[in-house]
Amino acid sequence: MTPDLECTALTKRFNDEAAVDNVSFAVPQGSFFSILGPSGCGKTTIMRMIAGFLPPTSGDICIKGRSMLNVPPNKRPVNMVFQHLALFPMMNIEDNIGYGLRRAGLPKPEITRKVGEVLERIGLPGVGKRKVSELSGGQKQRIAIARCMVLEPDVLLLDEPLGALDLKLREHMKIELKALQAAFDTTFVYITHDQSEALVMSDQIAVMNNGRFEQLGAARDLYYRPETAFVAGFVGDTNRWPAKVDRVEGGALQLRTDSGLTLHGASHGRALSRGDRADVYVRPEAIRVAHTADELSQFDNRLSGQVTSILFNGAASRILFRDDAGHEEIEVTLPQSGEFAMLEKGARVHIGWSGAHGNCFAATTAAAGA
Amino acid sequence: MRAQARLGFILLLMPILLWLTALIVIPHIDMFLISLRERVGVGEYATSTANYRTFLGEPLYLVTFARTAIMAVTATFITLLIAFPVSYYIAKMIKGRLQSALFLMCLVPFWVSELVRTFGWMILLRETGLFSNLLQWSGLASGPVEMLYNDAAIMVGLVYTSMLFMVVPLVTTLESLDDSVIEAGYDLGGSGPSILREIIIPHATPGIVSGSIVVFMLSLGNYLTPTMLGGKDSLWFTELIYSQFIVRFNWELGAAFGFMLLILSSVIVWAMLRLTGQTLEKTMG
Repeated sequence: MTPDLECTALTKRFNDEAAVDNVSFAVPQGSFFSILGPSGCGKTTIMRMIAGFLPPTSGDICIKGRSMLNVPPNKRPVNMVFQHLALFPMMNIEDNIGYGLRRAGLPKPEITRKVGEVLERIGLPGVGKRKVSELSGGQKQRIAIARCMVLEPDVLLLDEPLGALDLKLREHMKIELKALQAAFDTTFVYITHDQSEALVMSDQIAVMNNGRFEQLGAARDLYYRPETAFVAGFVGDTNRWPAKVDRVEGGALQLRTDSGLTLHGASHGRALSRGDRADVYVRPEAIRVAHTADELSQFDNRLSGQVTSILFNGAASRILFRDDAGHEEIEVTLPQSGEFAMLEKGARVHIGWSGAHGNCFAATTAAAGA
Repeated sequence: MRAQARLGFILLLMPILLWLTALIVIPHIDMFLISLRERVGVGEYATSTANYRTFLGEPLYLVTFARTAIMAVTATFITLLIAFPVSYYIAKMIKGRLQSALFLMCLVPFWVSELVRTFGWMILLRETGLFSNLLQWSGLASGPVEMLYNDAAIMVGLVYTSMLFMVVPLVTTLESLDDSVIEAGYDLGGSGPSILREIIIPHATPGIVSGSIVVFMLSLGNYLTPTMLGGKDSLWFTELIYSQFIVRFNWELGAAFGFMLLILSSVIVWAMLRLTGQTLEKTMG
């Protein structure tokens, strides 16, 4: 089956600088595809090329197998939800949603029927006569999606549409967007710099940096099996230590950090040999906390020391830990069982983690921490 | 505290109140009273509507009156047609330094007195002027061509003089339109003309209306441009007023003419606002 959207070797240069550099991907019908990356990584450029506002320097964009290269934006079977929604302030809700249908030349009664239907579907029946300014942020969001969905596009593009909402509403809209996508059964391409939006909603995520895709995969793969140092640092929180490889035994490594800590890590198939510079990434939740050292005997990395700081954040509470020898601080997630709920600053604890959770990457000069 | 605030408010309001009363309200009341006076003998006056009857009874006055109104409306319309693409270009198509440079270029001619600018047009358009010479040199005309002293010359002058007053409000309103709204229009299947009609023009309406009102008022009340570019027989209403006051020394009739012009401009502006569904507060605020 042909994918709904397929980009091959897509490249865009601005004055010799590649904003998008040889990017290829395919999005199957009915899936939720996200492009996740920091600002300026080129994700908006990809989106604008798909929508037709920018011509690619080279490469091809196919929608349902048809090349879109010489098709103007108003003739493409894609629609876009803009960052600030771009609802037409001079029209009421009904006219906003009906705009595309009017342009397509549908008869009036049919437009009224379709607009009514889509308002019903997004759970806002009867707001048709209201002005855009009378709606709340979340309602505007749904209107912006409805305005596109009423045209039944093959692909819906969403350009960080949740950016302007407050946190509570954003959490709510994530679930709602996913539900809307399932209800309309349309291919969504979503771009964001917020990893939790991408992780929660997407079937497939592409992590983008400096105009290239670093890794493309399901949320779980990106999180647990990052393929590059950038992905390891950008997706999820992590401890990162620059180190030198001391010993290699198959996939298992022994490393010494720059501050002198000896660690066990895993290369997961990446080429690293003795003497190489490497970065070790360990997620705070991969590290276990214990009151006694015996409880951690199954781990090959074990440290004893003090709690230097408590970062209370409900279920996601963490501590900062420093070992007795005074090496770097380590961020550790507290277990959610409440066992350590009363932990005080300065308390003595033991921590340990398995070497397999210590992802090692050959050192790069510029690895971003998220 | 409250009394102090009130005093401050009154003091701040004073200059504009004085200005309005002394320079606008009082002269107009006086003018109105003069216009209702009829000279019956030497130094003897009686109250009557004779001046207004004279105005309505004389075809030349009425024709000039209507002609001025039509020309002013036409000038406003042409100014809008030229200024809209210019403003759109300045507000939307270019960014940064070029934008301010172009905006400044619209302003630069206004550093020169209107009289000098109008003389500039005379230099270009007169029989021995630049255009005439150019046409003769290129062989398109066999003899000198006189381009001054006709309606087209007046129109050119009026549009030129008014340009800035249309461009400024248009650029301001067009700049406030988010680019992504225009893009959304294209994205949803709109074509250039439909986006212009359904999105850009509705958004720019307050600017269009306020610009048009200013340009219309300026054109209607313009004396210099029609006189210089249109010649002595240009039949402009302000010239009639001038000649009644200064040449004929008939202040009574001149005052009546002045009032007719005030009524005319008020009616046309009111009609324009009604037609576009705008209010004065919305466009001027």
